[in-house]
Amino acid sequence: MTESTAPLSPRSRIAVTAGRAAAAVSRAAGRGSGSVIGGRVALKLDPELLRVLSGHLDIVLVSATNGKTTTTRLIAEALRAAGEVVSNALGANMPAGITSALAQGSRARYGVLEVDEKYLTAVAAEVNPKVVALLNLSRDQLDRAAETRMLADHWREGLKDTKAVVVANCDDPLVTWAASDSPNVVWVAAGQEWKDDAWSCPSCGGVLQRPEGGWACAECGFRRPSPTWALAGETVLDPHGTAWPIRLQLPGRANRANAATAAAVAAVFGVAPGPALERMYQVTAVAGRYDTVTWQDRELRLLLAKNPAGWLETFSLIDPPPAPVLLSVNARSADGTDTSWLWDVDYTRLAGHPIVVVGDRRLDLAVRLEVAGQNFRVFDTVEQAVRAAAPGRIEAIANYTAFQDLRRAVGN
Amino acid sequence: MSESSLRVVWVYPDLLSTYGDQGNALVTARRAEQRGLKVTRTDVRSDQRIPTSGDIYLIGGGEDRPQRLAAERLQRDGGLQRAVDNGAIVFAVCAGYQIIGHEFINDLGERQPGLGLLDVVTVRGEGSRCVGDVLADIDERLGLPQLTGFENHQGVTRLGPGVRPFARVRIGRGNGTGDGTEGAWRDTVIGTYMHGPVLARNPQVADLLIKLALDVNALPPVDDRWYEALRAERIAAARQPA
Repeated sequence: MTESTAPLSPRSRIAVTAGRAAAAVSRAAGRGSGSVIGGRVALKLDPELLRVLSGHLDIVLVSATNGKTTTTRLIAEALRAAGEVVSNALGANMPAGITSALAQGSRARYGVLEVDEKYLTAVAAEVNPKVVALLNLSRDQLDRAAETRMLADHWREGLKDTKAVVVANCDDPLVTWAASDSPNVVWVAAGQEWKDDAWSCPSCGGVLQRPEGGWACAECGFRRPSPTWALAGETVLDPHGTAWPIRLQLPGRANRANAATAAAVAAVFGVAPGPALERMYQVTAVAGRYDTVTWQDRELRLLLAKNPAGWLETFSLIDPPPAPVLLSVNARSADGTDTSWLWDVDYTRLAGHPIVVVGDRRLDLAVRLEVAGQNFRVFDTVEQAVRAAAPGRIEAIANYTAFQDLRRAVGN
Repeated sequence: MSESSLRVVWVYPDLLSTYGDQGNALVTARRAEQRGLKVTRTDVRSDQRIPTSGDIYLIGGGEDRPQRLAAERLQRDGGLQRAVDNGAIVFAVCAGYQIIGHEFINDLGERQPGLGLLDVVTVRGEGSRCVGDVLADIDERLGLPQLTGFENHQGVTRLGPGVRPFARVRIGRGNGTGDGTEGAWRDTVIGTYMHGPVLARNPQVADLLIKLALDVNALPPVDDRWYEALRAERIAAARQPA
């Protein structure tokens, strides 16, 4: 039964019920949480369902190449200061998964939804969001992803007349291009370590000049807008210039950037940075990411890195040498089947770490590490690799399906 | 090449570096250094001049608009053509391969002139994109083992009489012309559709570039254990697609 305040039409009610039944069957069959199949069945029965289910909620949409799931979680925590929240917390981020999350039955006031990059504008057209948060865009899944710049164009077209407040990272030229035609933008200087997808001006194709802390096109003048919020080291600066310390349990610069964006989103709903950040501190792991698991007398910290930008941010948060590093890469359908991106990752950053390598594509990694001049050992199983590392903390970095394999292997 | 070092020029990484193309520069440099050579790598952005004194020029793949911009800027610069006239080696992948031909179809759907370093013309394919692992036999004149790589392109590249196919595909599509050819080459200029990056999958091709630059027939052996293991795995995978 739905508990939303707006009554559902008979058609929508049947769709929600059928979706839940399909989800239950899927769960019983051991095929995962069932949220996607449930949503798919429901949407097929009532294509209007997304619109109907979101009608009574203040919706926040979160999209990016990296950090969607974590930022969605941080925003959801922050907004709980103001009311009940429904969210697709496990990362099922296409229309079916979103529909399923909304159909969970809730008296929620807010819907905080992670959306796959390719579906952002389509979902935005259905759910009438109050806020759209855009974090970053970079190369991902080379064998099938839409070109990164075309994705930015697509967002720009879809958001140009939006009624939503667009909270966007002005340090990412592609995100800036996507947001800068929208009527109401809040710019957040959230930073971005990876720069290799935006050397070309998204507007005119000129070469971007990228001095420290800024970027500008010399040819057409397209440049970094002035931010109203900014990540500054371990603090977030609010629009009044007040510096709020960020004391997340989640590690790393990228998560502080996610928190800065989440604080800016919370402020749109009147939740001040103090209470918003306080609530974000409760988050220790997101869908297994950043979890520390004790296994084989070692402490494995589980880190997900799906693409070059993600690996770069991950290298900057791991313990310094001699902390051992376990690397695992697969190239299954959900990962993208072209492993060329490994060569965009700077593995010389791991100098001094003992490195153990596993995963379906461990030989691709082996050649990559050999050419990077690193010392490494290759193993067939996670167990062998972990036992080969010295007792203590192991930083375990894996891409998408390799991360799931890793969690399963260590019983997370 | 100069007395002092092997000069490797990576052309326009700001535009043509979508598929781990830096890997071809890293592998070439590493394998030259393992032979005791000093290597100078120069990454040339598209607002900089192409040096004409390089030994090996590497050009990568890119999206449709950057490909057009790269072709325009290389055309205007003229440095790469001069370097080839001086005997430089060019190894170009995917979008870069199309650019060094006579002509390709750009992001605006127009026929755009390339640099004419290879006698090939590229049109847009009508069918599905060519995506997946490739296995091919390299032109026997080059005396190299089988070519393994990953292809992902829509282009169909037709070879003129001034070039030879770089390889003949056993598995995969290659030039997309249906006649089994993959890539093209003449003298010191090679084009291919293979990613991987291709030189990481085929270190002997990297060695060929180095041998051409040094004008020698052989190089001292290096430890190819991991390359060989990767090659064996990918060749088997190409033969047994999932």
